[in-house]
Formats: sequence, C-alpha cells, structure tokens
Amino acid sequence: MTDPVQTELDEFELDALTELVNLGVSRAATNLRDMVGQQVLLSVPTVALMSRERAIEVLGEREPKRLIAVHQVFEGDITGRALLIFPEIKSLELVRAVTGSDLPLEDIIELEQEALTETGNVVLNGCLATIANLLHRRLKISLPELLRGEGPEFFNLAPPPERGDVVIFIYINFVVKKHDVSGYIAMLMDMPSLSALKGLLRDFIYRATGDGAPDGDIPA
Amino acid sequence: MAVMTYRVLVVDDSKLARMAVAKALRTLQPEWTRVEATNADEALALVRDSAVDIALLDFNMPGRDGLDLAADLRKLHPTMPVAVISANTQVEIVNRTREIGASFLPKPLADPALKEFLAAAALHLASVAR
Repeated sequence: MTDPVQTELDEFELDALTELVNLGVSRAATNLRDMVGQQVLLSVPTVALMSRERAIEVLGEREPKRLIAVHQVFEGDITGRALLIFPEIKSLELVRAVTGSDLPLEDIIELEQEALTETGNVVLNGCLATIANLLHRRLKISLPELLRGEGPEFFNLAPPPERGDVVIFIYINFVVKKHDVSGYIAMLMDMPSLSALKGLLRDFIYRATGDGAPDGDIPA
Repeated sequence: MAVMTYRVLVVDDSKLARMAVAKALRTLQPEWTRVEATNADEALALVRDSAVDIALLDFNMPGRDGLDLAADLRKLHPTMPVAVISANTQVEIVNRTREIGASFLPKPLADPALKEFLAAAALHLASVAR
C-alpha cells in the first residue's frame, strides 16, 4: 500500500524537490570535501515523503545498529528539522577524517562532539541554505545538536510532533572512501509546512522553466 | 551565408532540470534544436540514431554518471563539445571533467555561463567543419 502522505506532492513537484535536494547536497558535499581533504562520493538522492512511523521502519531496515545524528531546527515559511545520520560505530572515523588521521585516539575522542557538530553544521547548513536561496526564502537555522540513539528517538524529538506530520526522507549516501564513512540526511516537517513547501515548489518550477502560470498549468 | 544551427543533447534525470536547460536554450539560441534523455544509456542510443552536435550532461544521475557519459561521447565523437553540469564543484570532479576534454558548468545553470559555452562550442564546430 502506498503511504498516504506521498500524494501530497505531485510527480513534478517531487521531481523539483529532488532536484533542489540534489543541488543542496552537492554543495554540502563540496564543503565537506574541503573539510576532509578528499573527494566525497554522493549517491543519487531519492526523496520520499512518508509518515514518521514508516521513516522509523525504513531507517531501522537500513541501519539496524545504534546511530548518531547531528540535528538542526529550521524556521521560516517552512519549519522543521534536518538530521545528518550515520552509524555510531563510524563516528570516530568521521572525526578522524575531518581532523586529520594522525591524531592520537584520546584527542580524537576529546574532539568527537565538536568535530561532529561542526561537520553536521557544514553539511546541513550547506544543504538548507542552498534550498532556501533557490526557493527565495530565508530560513533561521538553529545551532547543531548531537544525538545518539535509534531511529524512533530521532524522529520523536521534543516538543512532541503535531499529529499527521511527515518526514521528507532523503536517502543520500555520502561516502568518504579512505575512512569508509557513509550517512543519510533526513528532514522532518509538519503538514502546514508541507503545503507551504508545495506552493514554494510551484513558484520555483515556474521560475526555472518559465512555463505555465505560477498557480497552475504546469505540465505533469 | 546562413547562420549554422545545431542540435543539442540534454541529459538529466530531473524533468525540471531538463526544462530549465530548454528554457535557457530557447532564450540563447532559439533556432537550435534539442533532444533529451533521462540517463546515460538513453543518451548513447540517441547519439547512435541521430546526429547530435553538442551535449549538456547532468553529473549525478542513476546508472552511469555524467562524467562516464562525457567520456563515452568524447570517444565516439572526439570533436563534440560536451559540458557537465553540477552543483557538486569538488575539485576532483571539475578536474576529471577537464581531463576528459569537457567543460564544467555550475548548477543551477546561469545564462551567461551557458551562453559562453555555447558560443565557444559553435566556434569550435565551425572550425572543425571547415
């Protein structure tokens, strides 16, 4: 059965959102590349809208182990949370990648919190800022916060979510080869934000293609 | 002498991105024609079946990426001007694009950058044809 929230965006709007995410993540990867000093490989992003419950299942199927996430709240016309998620077991490797591999382990451990939040900040900000700019909107982005736990905890953060909110789940695998580190990005937003996003996507499509009227007639 | 018109291959998995390129091409070179593909395999089939003069390729696509496709196109048609378009401006990707003999254009595609590439491509094609 299809997830009912999937129908909230039509096929072309989902295509536009995927392209926006692609642009945002590509920029973010360029920033991350400068931090780790080597190429960051990106998979093709797939963007799916799903319920919170389904997102927890999906994350559980892909990454059954304990996870670590850098979390930032964004506020504006659209409000929600963005998470950069990776297996907790890879956390020190990522720190090694961004700090330089020759540091002794005790330094790596000491730097872990700071290095991970900064990495998350660079990746998530790069992604969110690119998306906000392309949508011609300003987003206020909170300071990064580090979380450890499992999918259900990440997707049920306080304050308690509104009923019926959705997760824009972005499967994008980023890989830092030498360090064998990879992760995902997820965004969560509520239904009012999703309908605001729908409007912004239609404007974005209109600006990008110059076809149709801003509020309709966009070929599917 | 009549002004030459060219046929441009646009490859991107995103329909929106293809439409954005189409809009830019209509503005910059209204006389030129355009063919579209959504992935590398489709693009190669198109190039085999019909004449294409210039190629504009997205980098991050399902299946083979735009750099692999660019390399194939340059092998098949060594004089074809090819551009790879991406927001992923990591130095490794930009360098590889140049090594293949293709141009790198940042995404979202700005008219001046595309205009410059198309002008250089037209010049190159005219000199090859002579």
